[in-house]
Amino acid sequence: MSKDALGRRRLVKIAGAAVATVGMLAVAGCSGSGGGDATDSGDVTIEFAQWWEPELPDGAFRGLMDQFEEENPGITVELVSGPYASTKEQLFAGAASGTMPDVVGLDGAWVNDFASQGVIADLTALMAEADYDDSELASQIQVDGATYMIPVVNFVYPLFTNDDLLAQAGVDAPPSTRTEFADAAAAVAGLGGDTSGWVLPLSLEAPNGVQNDVMSWVWASGGTMLDDGQPDVTNDDVRGAVEYIQGMWDDDVIAPGSFTMKEQDKVEEFTNGRVGMMIDSLAHINLIRETNPDLSFSISAIPAEDGYDGERGIPYASWGIGVAENSENKDAAFKFVEFLMSEDVNSELSSIANAFPGNVDSVPDFVGDDELFATAFEIYQAGYPANEFTGLPVAEELMRQFGEQLQAMLDGQQSVDEMLDNTQAAWEAEF
Amino acid sequence: MQPVIAPDTVTLVVGPEQGRRRRNRTKTLESYGFLAPTLILLLVLMIVPIVMVVGYSFLDNVILNKNPEFVGIQNYLTILGDSGFIRAISNTLVFTITSVVAHLVLGLTFAMLLNSELIGRVPRAIFRALYILPWLFTAAVIAVLWRMLLAPNGVVNYLLNTDVEWLASPELALGSVTFINIWAGYPFFMVSLLAGLQGIPAELHEAARVDGASGIQRFFNVTIPQLRPIIVSLVLLDLIWTSQQFALIWMTTGGGPINVTEMLSTYTYKLAFSKYDFALASTSAVLVLLLSMVLAFFYVRHQKARD
Repeated sequence: MSKDALGRRRLVKIAGAAVATVGMLAVAGCSGSGGGDATDSGDVTIEFAQWWEPELPDGAFRGLMDQFEEENPGITVELVSGPYASTKEQLFAGAASGTMPDVVGLDGAWVNDFASQGVIADLTALMAEADYDDSELASQIQVDGATYMIPVVNFVYPLFTNDDLLAQAGVDAPPSTRTEFADAAAAVAGLGGDTSGWVLPLSLEAPNGVQNDVMSWVWASGGTMLDDGQPDVTNDDVRGAVEYIQGMWDDDVIAPGSFTMKEQDKVEEFTNGRVGMMIDSLAHINLIRETNPDLSFSISAIPAEDGYDGERGIPYASWGIGVAENSENKDAAFKFVEFLMSEDVNSELSSIANAFPGNVDSVPDFVGDDELFATAFEIYQAGYPANEFTGLPVAEELMRQFGEQLQAMLDGQQSVDEMLDNTQAAWEAEF
Repeated sequence: MQPVIAPDTVTLVVGPEQGRRRRNRTKTLESYGFLAPTLILLLVLMIVPIVMVVGYSFLDNVILNKNPEFVGIQNYLTILGDSGFIRAISNTLVFTITSVVAHLVLGLTFAMLLNSELIGRVPRAIFRALYILPWLFTAAVIAVLWRMLLAPNGVVNYLLNTDVEWLASPELALGSVTFINIWAGYPFFMVSLLAGLQGIPAELHEAARVDGASGIQRFFNVTIPQLRPIIVSLVLLDLIWTSQQFALIWMTTGGGPINVTEMLSTYTYKLAFSKYDFALASTSAVLVLLLSMVLAFFYVRHQKARD
């Protein structure tokens, strides 16, 4: 073989290695692109990252996307679906790298942080540009006077009661005051065996029990944990709720394992008939029915302080929606938001999600079909949706800090005053 | 005497000095050409992220601030002065050292059992399958499985006729997650040490026996010295892996109750994804990296000594 031939062969080898390198980098995704893109024909693709699709019946959400694409030729919606936790991590990673999808599913607890980072768009401005009438929106989540998230559907958290267990314990009707609740819980716990009166999840992995199962007692009596938007957990509203919970803890009516219990554990305990009462999302009604068809349960408003006759706050969680600041297709993205918030589509989405609509004119199908949902809708309309964590900075961390202090108090390591003072100090450091 | 070289390669090693240099250069380039994919991936996927994280640790909050400022070692002072971090280090040490010691003892015990001729081939195969089972599960499956077993209404309490809150009790939680980690990790030691035991020449044991050594003397003077290189490698690797355990802790206790199972990994994760303080999270991660590098240094030195 000649020198030239050998040289050529080496050159080919080196070039081959270089091509392989480029190929591998391409496979590794080093080219990277964020958000949707416009094609030569003028069509646009918008990416929508959310955790909703996996929680809806198969194909139902894609069906709504197909409807949007039919009504808006030239716009394609690419769903980026995953569980709640991974969607959250993906969005925070996207926020850090400037590659957030065009439209994002949002939890109220994230809004302040995303808005502060400037990674989600000011929807007030987008609504003005699109000449959108926002009077039909049930609520808007704002930071510094500008809307950053629109709740698409809301899941409220009423009181679930196991009718059979309550009847066995001699309790005729779901409790409506704190005293009635404590008495009913004690009566159910008194049945013996593995039975407990109430289930209180305080896991620090997913600390939303603080929001749904602890602070709900404050809101149900018209109380608040804030003062002019700043932390105020040492007030009488919160103190009363914390003392009330400690009373039940000391009376041993709360299901064991609270400190590491998560929402799914709570639902499981109730579904298995081991606890008399729990505060939970309406979204779990069908799950409970499917898992234990024999369980007889009802829902009611969360008990309020004795003698309280004002409007009751009912905790809720939202599937919210926002637009990424880095999106190159904000117009198309907002058209999509408008579509989801329109009366008919919002009715359909809330129907398949078993949730309450974010459009004031929408009415979900299940309200007329199902007694429990009808009751829930009455509770929802009689009170007001309350979730003071929505829009707060590092909301999940606030819940975790509260949970840690509450656990230390229930474990006997500190008094109620110390618990509230420590929480107040920790919260103030975050604001 | 000229070395015997195949005729078609002789032309590669003779020629003027300049040509040889060029060929050497081409050869070097060729080597790097082949190495390039790996080197570039290493750079993009490891070196760059590590350098970025180290850089973040010297800035004020990198993600929340659009234009972060250099704050020197302030983040390090903040982290090192945080009682939560100290608590996390303490918990991580207890969790890691207990786990590694138990992994070694259990792994060696089961490996010797499986290597013993006292049990027949069939029971040995059954035991081998049983003992290796925990290693086949992912951390998520292990966490879910043990959460159910250790629940107040779970199987363990049913069998013991107790109502202990194994994971929810501040007194027991650290011990419980350590136990789960021990259960999940000993098969790796067992399999590795079994391979090591099977590699010990039978003559060594026979010679010791002829010299009148008892079983215990043979264990400490023949078996352990022969296994020492494997044991040192396993212990160092396990120290690194266990000190970084995250999924198991997160999915069983979330660092609670009241932070009694807070590890360096969960502490760092909370800083990043709960407090959104990516600069402090980077600082914590760098400190974990430094601690791991100390262990890695000993591991590499040990491996070099073996070579």
